[in-house]
Amino acid sequence: MSEVKMSAKDLRLWYGDFEALKTVSLDMNKNSVTALIGPSGCGKSTFLKTLNRMNDLVEGCRIEGDVRLDGEDIFQKGYDLALLRKRVGMVFQKPNPFPMSIYDNIAYGPRVHGIRKKKVLDEIVEKALRGAALWDEVHDRLRKSAMGLSGGQQQRLCIARVMAVEPEVVLMDEPTSALDPISTQRIEDLMAELKKKFTIVIVTHNMQQAARIADRTAFFLKGEIVEAGDTLQIFQQPRDKRTEDYITGRFG
Amino acid sequence: MRKIIDNVQRSVLWLCGGIAVAFLAVILVYVIARGVPYINWEFLSTAYRPGLDQEGIRDIIVGTLAMVGLTLVIAVPIGVLAAIFMAEYAKKGKVLTTIRFCVESLAGIPSILYGLFGYTFFCLQLAFGFSLLSSALTLAIMVLPVIIRSTEEALFTVPDSYREGSLALGASKLTTLFRVILPCAIPGILSAIILSMGRVMGETAAVYYTAGTMARAPSSVMSSTRSLAVHLYLLVKEGLESGDAFATATILIVIVVGLNALANFVAKRLSRKLTGGN
Ligand SMILES: Nc1ncnc2c1ncn2[C@@H]1O[C@H](COP(=O)(O)OP(=O)(O)OP(=O)(O)O)[C@@H](O)[C@H]1O
Ligand SMILES: [Mg+2]
Repeated sequence: MSEVKMSAKDLRLWYGDFEALKTVSLDMNKNSVTALIGPSGCGKSTFLKTLNRMNDLVEGCRIEGDVRLDGEDIFQKGYDLALLRKRVGMVFQKPNPFPMSIYDNIAYGPRVHGIRKKKVLDEIVEKALRGAALWDEVHDRLRKSAMGLSGGQQQRLCIARVMAVEPEVVLMDEPTSALDPISTQRIEDLMAELKKKFTIVIVTHNMQQAARIADRTAFFLKGEIVEAGDTLQIFQQPRDKRTEDYITGRFG
Repeated sequence: MRKIIDNVQRSVLWLCGGIAVAFLAVILVYVIARGVPYINWEFLSTAYRPGLDQEGIRDIIVGTLAMVGLTLVIAVPIGVLAAIFMAEYAKKGKVLTTIRFCVESLAGIPSILYGLFGYTFFCLQLAFGFSLLSSALTLAIMVLPVIIRSTEEALFTVPDSYREGSLALGASKLTTLFRVILPCAIPGILSAIILSMGRVMGETAAVYYTAGTMARAPSSVMSSTRSLAVHLYLLVKEGLESGDAFATATILIVIVVGLNALANFVAKRLSRKLTGGN
């Protein structure tokens, strides 16, 4: 069996009085893609944002339970938040390049983490862009603003930006929902490549996408995980009636 | 039918725009046309000594620039920091709403009240007298709401997705502020500064009561001095020399436009440099 990279155990989360996650437990394996599926508002993004503690920013958000990265509790006192977010990167639903040059976008993370040498940065930028299958398209305009790229390119730039800080886990929240089919295809291809190095957790509304790219799939409903398991099993022999209803499109 | 409405709409828009531009143009042309004949090197390079038949505005220009400079040096850091605190750090709630309400009210107070306050508090109470310092402090309080409001506005327009993107890469809040948010907000902050400069240079009442009317370049922050707007006011009030008044007005316009252009230029350069892109 593959090794568990990140795990959540009996995780409960409240936004004010509203309980958005009700005792959720999930293991995310190393070098594999875990897909989170489920209807809108069921807590997928919330769960994802707990893994790199982006929920800390939300006023009135309260968390109970246990999330571990390599067996270490990420909510323990004195845990290095900057390091956590470096190790657990995040790609957002809407591409969000900074309004700076392509180069500076990629170099942003490494610079934040203390890398200053131009030569080192140059190498990181090239490697990250190659890793995100974007190098060939942009290598001759690294100094141009990233805002001039197409949506699909911007999203790959955001992936490259995350990879430039050499994360161990990459969280993706519907990374292709704002993209056209061809860009989506490229990013899916990319994910197959990325999982050789990283642990990937992806939220998707697209059943086919989950089936294509994920090794394991978790089905969320109203703040709970109804069922989690191998993608094949989830899609072909769901154990729970509600899972079956959802993946066959009977509600959602 | 649709087309007619469309055309009417367009014409009305053009008309309104045209009227606004026309007014501006008429005022500018009128003032400048009457002022330019009186502007010469002597006018610009000598001090104002009416008794000695010397009516230049050199010292008054210096006084005005010093006043604008000192006011901004006081008001911009305080205003920008306050806005950053309010927009980025303060918890949303009653306190913040109250502060905003106060700031907004402060913006609506007639300038003569600032003058009165500055006179009694800075000139008399703190014994700064009629001085550059008294007036700059007064004017700083006066433009603070403008700076706070527009800086806050500018910070609000920076999408949250930038903040999230930066924080998710492990950047601290402060790094995010300096490397991502402020560069985006700089044009807005600069325009606040431009607006403030305009208000300071156009102000008479508050300056009259705090800086006095001494037509000398200030030798220190404690000296009394005169701004172009006050000078203009006095010239008009005395009813003499309408040519000099228009000449002074022309110079005032040139300085305002010049400083605007400069601020714009700096804003462009700065935000390009900070964001590294083009
Ligand atoms: N910042 C917040 N404050 C209060 N409630 C929130 C907040 N963020 C999310 N929620 C609520 O928590 C629940 C779960 O939201 P979440 O964004 O995790 O859903 P999701 O599964 O990602 O949905 P979608 O597929 O639409 O993205 C929703 O009911 C939502 O309204
Ligand atoms: Mg979501």
